[in-house]
Amino acid sequence: MRRLKLVPEKTNIDFFKIALVTFGGSVVLTLASIILFVAIGLNYGIDFKGGTTIRVDSQTPIDTGKYRTALQPLKLGDVMITQVFDPTSSSEKHVAMVRVQAQSGQESITPATTQAIEAAIKKVDASATFPSIESVGPKVSGELIKTAVIAVLAAVAAIVFYIWLRFEWQFALGAVAATVHDVALTIGIFVVFQLKFDLSIVAAILTIVGYSINDTVVVFDRARENLIKYKKMPLRDVLNLSANETLSRTVMTSGTTLIALIALLVLGGDVIRNFVFAMTWGVIVGTYSSIYVAKNIVLQLGVKRDWSKPSDKNAGTNFSKGKA
Amino acid sequence: MQIPMWKRALIVLVCLTALFFAMPNLFYSRVQNHNDAVQKITKTGTATPAEKAQADAWPSWLPSSIVNLGLDLRGGAYLLAEVQLSNVYTDRMNALWPEVRDALRSERDTIGGIRRVQSSPGTLKVQISKPEGMAQAIAAVKKLATPVTTLTGVGKSDLAVTQDGDNAVLVQLSDAEKKATDERTMQQSLEIVRRRIDEAGTREPTITRQGDDRILIEVPGIGSAAELKKLIGTTAKLTFNQVIQQTGDKNANAGVGNEVLPSEDQKGVYYVVNSTPVVSGNSLTDAEPAFDQNGRPAVNFRFDASGARKFGDYTRDHIGQPFAIVLDNKVISAPVIQSYIGGGSGIITGNFTIESSTNLAVLLRAGALPAKLTFLEERTVGPTLGADSIAAGKMAALVGTIAVMIFMVASYGMFGWIANFALVLNMAMMFGVLSAIGGTLTLPGIAGIVLTVGMAVDANVLIYERIREELRVAKGPARAIELGYERALSAILDSNITTFMTAVILYWLGAGPVRGFAITLGLGILTSVFTAIYVTRLVIVIWFERRRPKTIVV
Repeated sequence: MRRLKLVPEKTNIDFFKIALVTFGGSVVLTLASIILFVAIGLNYGIDFKGGTTIRVDSQTPIDTGKYRTALQPLKLGDVMITQVFDPTSSSEKHVAMVRVQAQSGQESITPATTQAIEAAIKKVDASATFPSIESVGPKVSGELIKTAVIAVLAAVAAIVFYIWLRFEWQFALGAVAATVHDVALTIGIFVVFQLKFDLSIVAAILTIVGYSINDTVVVFDRARENLIKYKKMPLRDVLNLSANETLSRTVMTSGTTLIALIALLVLGGDVIRNFVFAMTWGVIVGTYSSIYVAKNIVLQLGVKRDWSKPSDKNAGTNFSKGKA
Repeated sequence: MQIPMWKRALIVLVCLTALFFAMPNLFYSRVQNHNDAVQKITKTGTATPAEKAQADAWPSWLPSSIVNLGLDLRGGAYLLAEVQLSNVYTDRMNALWPEVRDALRSERDTIGGIRRVQSSPGTLKVQISKPEGMAQAIAAVKKLATPVTTLTGVGKSDLAVTQDGDNAVLVQLSDAEKKATDERTMQQSLEIVRRRIDEAGTREPTITRQGDDRILIEVPGIGSAAELKKLIGTTAKLTFNQVIQQTGDKNANAGVGNEVLPSEDQKGVYYVVNSTPVVSGNSLTDAEPAFDQNGRPAVNFRFDASGARKFGDYTRDHIGQPFAIVLDNKVISAPVIQSYIGGGSGIITGNFTIESSTNLAVLLRAGALPAKLTFLEERTVGPTLGADSIAAGKMAALVGTIAVMIFMVASYGMFGWIANFALVLNMAMMFGVLSAIGGTLTLPGIAGIVLTVGMAVDANVLIYERIREELRVAKGPARAIELGYERALSAILDSNITTFMTAVILYWLGAGPVRGFAITLGLGILTSVFTAIYVTRLVIVIWFERRRPKTIVV
């Protein structure tokens, strides 16, 4: 029986051989992302900035310039109009998002303002309908920023603690480095393409953090096993061997997850496209980081080798000891 | 490689139970109609034939909980409102002023003349002309205080009376009373919002309190948040105030204790009225749409006993003077009192249409909101957009699942089919648990399901890859399978625990859609670990026992 094999049965790749390119490249990209984030900044959605987004469905192609002129007299301050394209929608359906800044002295948008905006757009585009309106006042957006930051920090802290509990602190640091890499690169790509960054993207980032740790843990788990098995083998070789042994699984899992995500990216509609895009991208960088980033940190820090001694309390708990 | 019989039975039982609870979702609209009909029948006590038919369309012994669809899928409006609790303090102080005035007047000999002066909102400041009588004045006001009526505030006074400067008494609610008042205000606001939404007859609204001063309102099926605001937004605060004078200047100097209010329908007309109402809408017992003697729409109302007495006394003493009917800080009419009005009923005339008079009557009947609501956040999703999202989500889930299944079979052959069986079972179990716990499915929740599909096979991939490795080091098939499951377990648990932790944090982080994602992600992890570890193992063991193959290819 012939089987699909993404990775040959036995591989012997030296993952540290081109560390200068792989690990160095990751460091450069991470730093670049941070610099971009500081220099250019994210395109924050209303969740974090406050304001209102109105979704416009129209049967005729949308002329954003016309919309802009129509909304000019309303003096709404910062107005952003973007067209949304969806591969699955017909030529009869055109979608645009109109974003208006939070109006001074108001929290959520007043019905009068909504009506004025809708009437102005109707004037230039009679077929326009408004299937969704979201408005977040400055008070709530301030709170959401706080919650989002706390959530990301809490997630990272919880995971670090868990890895530290189960493995050694060197592994925990390696996992953190991989996580920081994934989060930074995801934020980086959102800066580069100026994609809307809202609460759902934070959710996606947290999922990526969990997922990437997933991959990293599988490699670490094997490394721990091999460290016991091959007591004399240099750490570098043990890590390489572990990565090679788990490579097939890593690629398979990322493969199935990516298949599912790409289906969602293409067919899932434009409402969650940014969210799914963040996850798809995160799975790719997460898989990469578990192979090329996390292990390098562990190699740099070195690991204690006497794990097999049962009396050693620092050795972490291994679920597979005992009954399965 | 052996699994005891009881364990096998238990695994099968868990699967069947989950499937049993997932099943109603296959007949979504029928079950939904059944549930609605049953609810209506229990509410009204009688069943119309149509309701009975709908109720009977689904057997009552079958489970009838189905997955709730979130607002982003079914369409509706979400509104977060903040109750301006301090409004109530101001109202209380205004209402207290006449009593304070009378109490201090009776001490005129020791404290001299009194005058109310401007002070910050929620306080009452009274100047006295003889500062040496300060202690007397404070004591007199303190006599008006009553004990706070809550468990925690027992024995504390509801008023805090202090000296302010040399010659003024400052009265405000005590902290204990403020706390008790806040609690009452929130309860009352929640109740009134609920009643107003119920009057509109919308289906399954969710009205919950959030934190100290917020109300979260979710109403499926309503056209827009603006509509919802209209329904609940008007405070419908009705008061009857004494008119001091009519003016054309909105910045007219009103004097302490008075305020300038605009007219509802006449532009440029303003009234200076006494801030302390003669009677407030709280004393209303009934209101109904009616017509005045000229046949124009109006609203009839009736007061309770104390309201009727106050209203009667006032009209008797002020014949010939104008009198303002104030709704939400606008004067809707200011008729001149023609005669003594006893009996406590009256009519509000103004520039009404039949619709607006009906609305006003409804609002008055439901009661006034005790404090103003500020809307902090709103989200509206139209039903068509929701339906589009469901369709897109279904399509994506279907294509994603099939693609993953093909991939698994191509990679692992027969073992791939076993993993696929577990995958389908896993999705069914997710729906079963989601229905049973009354979870809500949102669009990101669907994304969570699709993501779970991709990740659920991970456990099986780990196991199969491990079995392959064990086979390579020339172990017998039975031993290889056993070791594969055993040795992959550590990695499976580690990786799923970390993802589960993120799901928990996400649940805590998010409201609405994001929380929906956290629920499906977290549930998916639990069910997938179960199906991947127990179910596939059971299937493989049964297969192995029947065939007893000498070699296996994974």
